[in-house]
Formats: sequence, C-alpha cells, structure tokens
Amino acid sequence: MNPASQASGPGRSTDTLSRRTFLQAGAAIGGGLLLSISLPFAKGEAEAAETDRFVPNAFIRIDGDGQIILTMPYVEMGQGTYTAIPMLIAEELEVDLQQVRVEHAPPNEKLYANPLLGVQATGNSNAIRGAWQPLRQAGATARTMLVAAAAKRWNVDPESCRAKSGQVLHPATGRAIGYGDLAAEAARLPVPEHAVLKRPEDFKLIGTPAKRLDAPAKVNGTAVYGIDVRPPGVKIATLAQSPAFGGRVKSVDDAAAKAVKGVRQIVRLDDAVAVVADHMGAAKKGLAALAIEWDDGPNAKLDTDHIARELEKATLNAGPVAQTVGDVESAMARAVTKVEAAYEVPFLAHAAMEPMNCTVHVRKDGCEVWVGTQAVARAQATAARTAGLPLDRVVVHNHLIGGGFGRRLDVDGVTRAVQIAMQVDGPVKVVWTREEDIQHDMYRPYWFDRISGGLDEKGKPVAWRHRFAGSSVIARWLPPAFKNGLDPDSTEGAIDLAYDLPNMHVEFVRVEPPGIQTAFWRSVGPSHNVFVIESFMDELAAAANQDAVAYRLSLLDHAPRAKAVLKLAAEKAGWGQRLPERAGRGVSFQFVFGTYLAQVAEVEVSKDGSVRVRRVVCAVDCGTVINTDTVRAQIQGAIIFGITAALHGEITLKNGRVEQANFDTYQMLRINEAPAIEVHIVQNPEPPGGMGEAGTSAIVPAVTNAIFAATGRRLRKLPIDSAALRQPV
Amino acid sequence: MAFTIIVNGNTHSVDADGDTPLLWVLRDVLGMTGAKFGCGMALCGACTVHIDGAPARSCVTSLDSIGASKIATIEGIGATEPGARIQKAWLDLEVVQCGYCQPGQIMSASALLASNPNPADSDIDDAMSGNICRCGTYVRIREAIKQAAQSTRQGAQK
Repeated sequence: MNPASQASGPGRSTDTLSRRTFLQAGAAIGGGLLLSISLPFAKGEAEAAETDRFVPNAFIRIDGDGQIILTMPYVEMGQGTYTAIPMLIAEELEVDLQQVRVEHAPPNEKLYANPLLGVQATGNSNAIRGAWQPLRQAGATARTMLVAAAAKRWNVDPESCRAKSGQVLHPATGRAIGYGDLAAEAARLPVPEHAVLKRPEDFKLIGTPAKRLDAPAKVNGTAVYGIDVRPPGVKIATLAQSPAFGGRVKSVDDAAAKAVKGVRQIVRLDDAVAVVADHMGAAKKGLAALAIEWDDGPNAKLDTDHIARELEKATLNAGPVAQTVGDVESAMARAVTKVEAAYEVPFLAHAAMEPMNCTVHVRKDGCEVWVGTQAVARAQATAARTAGLPLDRVVVHNHLIGGGFGRRLDVDGVTRAVQIAMQVDGPVKVVWTREEDIQHDMYRPYWFDRISGGLDEKGKPVAWRHRFAGSSVIARWLPPAFKNGLDPDSTEGAIDLAYDLPNMHVEFVRVEPPGIQTAFWRSVGPSHNVFVIESFMDELAAAANQDAVAYRLSLLDHAPRAKAVLKLAAEKAGWGQRLPERAGRGVSFQFVFGTYLAQVAEVEVSKDGSVRVRRVVCAVDCGTVINTDTVRAQIQGAIIFGITAALHGEITLKNGRVEQANFDTYQMLRINEAPAIEVHIVQNPEPPGGMGEAGTSAIVPAVTNAIFAATGRRLRKLPIDSAALRQPV
Repeated sequence: MAFTIIVNGNTHSVDADGDTPLLWVLRDVLGMTGAKFGCGMALCGACTVHIDGAPARSCVTSLDSIGASKIATIEGIGATEPGARIQKAWLDLEVVQCGYCQPGQIMSASALLASNPNPADSDIDDAMSGNICRCGTYVRIREAIKQAAQSTRQGAQK
C-alpha cells in the first residue's frame, strides 16, 4: 500500500482545516498542566463543496448518506473517552449516540493537540477538561450550520427550526430533513464565529450514565487492539533487550534458534536481539534458544538501595521552592509541638494487560505503523526519525489500548519496532513478552520526602515544611514545562493544598537516577504527594490528639467543596463507629486533577500481618459530570490500581537488572482481594475535573491511615511491609 | 507436523510444532485474536478458552495435548446459553474498561455459570481469581456473574 493513500478518511478534512484560522480556547481550568492553549478549529469557510460531505471542523464529518463520524483526538484505554467525548459533541450536534461512528484521529499536532498539554496526547486526566468547551463548540457550530441550511432550503427563519436526533425540524409546518440530506448545502455555508451552546438544564446526554460505545466489541472478542492487527504477510517478532539498562550485545549464537520450526530471521541490534517467526510461539521458542552474551555497560552494579540513599542525601540540601506561604521558620520556632517524618515510595511498573507491541512495515519510500498509543504524533515522529523518512511518509494507525496508565505516552516501543522492521522484508509485529514488558518499562519515579509540621497549643498546624527528591518525568517528556527546576506534575498534590496552612514551604529537588528511565504512571506526582501529605496530616491529627476527619475539616473552612466531600465520605462510611480488634478506618482527602475527592478505607490486619481492604467509600466532586457511570467505573478501578501498588507494588534493581519479571513477582490485586467500593457523586455545575487518575492517589494513604488505626503502626514506606504488622506473640 | 483441532465447531489443520501453545495457534495461525496474551505462564487468565467445556489457559496448553477435544473461544461463546447470559450481564452492568482481559474473564465466568448456576461469593473467588484485571473491574465482574446467575435461574423457572 502506498502510505500517502492511507491519509484518506479524517486526513482529508485535516488538509482542508490546516489552512484555516485557529480559535483560541481559553481553558483556564484548575489542576494539571496549563500550557499554551491554542486549539485549531474551524472559523473560516467550510470545506469546498466538491463532495456531499459536511466537515465543519476536525472532529465531525457528516456524509451524504447520513453517517456521522466523530474523530477522536483522545485514545480509548479503558477510561471511557470514546463515549464521553462523543457525548460532548452529540449533545450540541443534536444526534443520538447510536447514530455516531467513532474514528481514531491521525497524527496531527496542529489539529488534535490536547489544549491543556499543548501536544497530541491522552494523559493527565485532562481529555474532558480540555475538550469540555471546544468540542461542545464543535458540535454547536455544526448544528447551527445544518439548521441554517435547512432554513435556507425552506426559506424560513432559522430561529423557527430546531435540531433533534440527526434531523432539522420545522415544527410550524411539521417538516423535517435528515443531516445527511443537508450535508452538501451546509458545507457551502460560512462557519459561524460564535455558535450558541446549550444551557446545562437542556442537556439530554451530559450527566447521564450513557452506555459505552466500545463495550459490545469488547465482550464478543471483535475489538481490535494494537496487538491484534494482522496486515497481510505479517511476521511476528519477540525480543530480548539488554537486561541491564545501557548494556550492549556482545555476541549471539543463533544456530539453535534458526533451527526452530517457523523461525524466519534473527535481527541483531546494538542493545537487543529479536527473533522473527511465523507465529509468537516459534518466536518465543527461538528466543529461548538464543545464546546471548551481554556487555552490561555502565549500570552493571546499580541497585535500588543505592538510588534511594542518593535521593535521601539530596533532601539534606535546599532545592527550588515550589511554594512558600507566610514565614515557616519563625512559625516553626514558636510551635508548641513539632512532628518530623521521612517518607519513601518505590519505582513502579505499569504492567498493563496488553504487553508492549507495535507493528511496522518499512518500505523504501515510506513506513506504516499500527500501534495503540497515547501520543500518536510522537509515534509518527520517532518512526520517521528512526527510519530516516520525512514525516509525511509515515502513516500511523492508532488502536484501542489494553491499558495505558501512562506507559503508552512513551514511544520507545515504536522506535524499537521500527529498528527491527528496517531489517525485515514485509510487515512485522513486535510483541514484548511479559518479562520484557516489566523489565524494560519506564517506571514511576522513586521519591524520598522529608516533612515537618509545627502545631500551636490547640494542635493547629502553624508551620508546614516539605522537601522531596526524585525524578522529573516532565523534564524529559515535555522540557518546556520544566522551569526553574520545577514542573507542575512533580509538585501536584504537594502545593496549593485546600487546607488552611498559614505558613508553608515546599521544595522539590530533581534527581535523575542513573540507569533507569522514569515515566508517567496513573496519577504520577499525586501518587506520591497525596500519600505523603495525607499520611502526615494523620500524623499531625494524632499528635494533636484529634480525630482525623475532624482535624482535616477544621482546616477546610475556606474550601467548601473540599469540606463537603470529606464530610460526605465520612458520613457514608460510618466514621467513628466501632470496629473489631485489628480493623480500622483511614481517611484521605485531595484536590488534584481539578477534582475534589475523599476516601475512607476500612482494613483488617491479620495476626500474620497481611492486610485486607474490606470496604472503600469515596465521595467525589468533579464538577459537571459527563457520564455518571464512567465516573463510578474510574473510581472503582483507580482504587483497585492504588491498592495493588500499596500492597504489592515495587520494582527493584540488582546488578543493573530489574528483579521482577511476571505476575508472580510483580503481583496484581485479584478479585478475591477486592474490597466493596461505594462511590458518592456530589452534583455540581462547575467545569469538569479529571477522573482517570484521582482515585488511585487517594486510596493509598486511606489504607495506610486505616492500618495505623488498626495497629498503631505508622507506615512511611511503600509498599506495605506486612512483616512489620505481624502481631507480637 | 500437522494437527487437527476443533475450534467453535470448525475443524482446522495446523502445521506447527507440537509444543506450540494453543494461544499462538489461535491468534497468529488461525487469526482468531479474541483470546489475549498477558503473561505466557498461566498467571493472568487473559488467554482463557474452554476445552471440552472446562476453562483452560491457552498460553500453556500445547497443541499436541488437545487431540479431539472441543475448543471454544470468546468468538463462539455467545452461541452457548451461559456465554450469552454472561455477555449480556457484562453489557448491562458496563463491566469493561480497557477490555483487554475481558475475553478471558468472560470465558472463566461462563464456565463457572455452566457448572454452577448459583455461585456463592466464594465460588466466584475460586473461579475468577486466576483472571487479572488491571483496570480493576472486579466489583462489576462479581455483580455481573450474580446477575447472569439470577437470569439463568429465572429462565429455568419459566
């Protein structure tokens, strides 16, 4: 196939739109990354009407046969964006969800950049936050044009018409025309500058538990993930990468591998060897038969403890100031009680269920890539760079992702697959084994924190000092957002707290560990900061001899939304009611990703120290809810994700190698360990907050605080060490 | 060597080594990509199929071990009553998120329902704890199995 011919479909509208002027989308929304915001968007003339299709902007296409196609700038990886984003458009376009078909956006930073990130990516829980205004605007613009086209045809006032379920109606005369019939005429009309958005009280779709559009294909086995693509003639490859990060292949004896039935080729790279075969079974068997000698390189002696101690040392010296309020030094000096603590959280792997994979066909004049990616434009860019091709000769087909959690924001898997495909004649699907996936992940950073608080005679925190050291993922991934030694992700959840803290001082010391790359991981900065802040808030409450909920509430007088969710969670959880011995409740509150969220976890610690989370109650105020069921689902899932990390999650290095390899050594929570989860949503007309990650950061301190309530043991290092919780005989 | 296997009622001839895991025969040779690769060691359940009605991890089931046994996969399970009930409950309760593990979950759940029309929580734990869901849909999986079981019992009473 000629790659250029692949740029049909949505790419067609892309070309037309890139010539248009752009609309500035002022999305000043709290939380998350706020970068330059410029959303390319239709404002000029509609597509020249040489066809009968109507393409008012990059997100909507209405064909003459009435088919409505919505182009999704955000990728579906379980979070429900393929339902929620269409809901925004469909609400304003006045079509039913059953009438739309959803397509993945092609790589195009100009058209499909996330307005809050400035790049085409799905992450940071901000698809809805970024899309809330512009994609409703996209729908409203198209609807206005369709109504105008119908009014013109009928020679009536557009005000006397209305749109409903993919038709324009003229109630006075009982006439109706389908959008498909209007497409050609609408396409000739100018695009209105300010289409009027619906009033919230008129919403029919937004705020409902609308059914997921991706669910039917996912229950009958027809959903196509990146790993499922099968271009004609595709071969399957699997690989071994240098076990120590930064190592090289010294020698390979591939005689036995080549003798395996179905093995076609051995591809040797500087730091990896791949076996190309007719099927993955043969590729894996061939890989096992390879005798590879590695030069472990500069990180041959690296171990996690060394990294942790370097981070600890780094917190002894001052770092860039993330936030300072009042005068901490003198407040601390006057404090009646002082509390100090150090916290530590480990490296974590993503371990998405779909292992890393990417299919590539490199030809002389172009390259075609099939992958599930959170950053499709980056996938295209790295493929072009690696293959030495101009960008426009690389076609990327994005797919459903079998779990992202931040892993697929990085495109190392695409680079690797192109390197291999350059040596293979025809398309090749590179599938990582689970062991490769875990041992060559890019990991949630290790962090070390020092935190201290000073209380007055009533127990109020009058001084708050916090310094932490760790990697900055942003500094690598989005360098312009790393400024003056700080980035908005590393500090989210540690600064701009909802609590009334008159004197606070927070510093972040960036330390990049050698030999191990860090990456975004569901809730990233907050996954660490909320654990530390909410654990320490519990420590302060204990030092003040006050109830953990009452103590927090007393610091939230200026934050009514915060107070409301905390009260609600405590009330629904039965906070204060008696529990049996070695059972306890723990609370956490956070304001991150633009969402207020409180959780109460109920745990049971057995005599041998093992922890079981029995029940979790969550109250959430994420402003306007697009899909109530998705909000519940995301919280339920995020809680399981967080408990997995709290109980089991830890990646360690020894001699430069990751010690965990598969689900036996890197364990996941299973159904028999899953708690009952209750979600209570506070209805609120504020702009929407992010929901994909918030539940994960909140659960971890709720669990450790509950363990404190159950056992009196304060856990300051993750994962939870059950040996330390064993009941003394 | 060529092997003959029966998948969803259809007979296929497969030329591969006898120790090739069934998962790769299904996915890469026969093009049935519903069964998923997750771990390769029977640790996650994403590759679950039925062999003569019993759930099996196809990533560790060798081609030469199958013989004349009947294989059912997610592509065909909707044709069975327990499979159809489970799939319906999965949709009714919106179980799926990323969905990648769900073919395996549905195969385990439909085998449970076929052998036990009224599973208790502990039966669900036993049957389903071999299936990992990284998105954490466990709460809904449990509810959906119960709903499917209830619909089975109501169906039986009619």
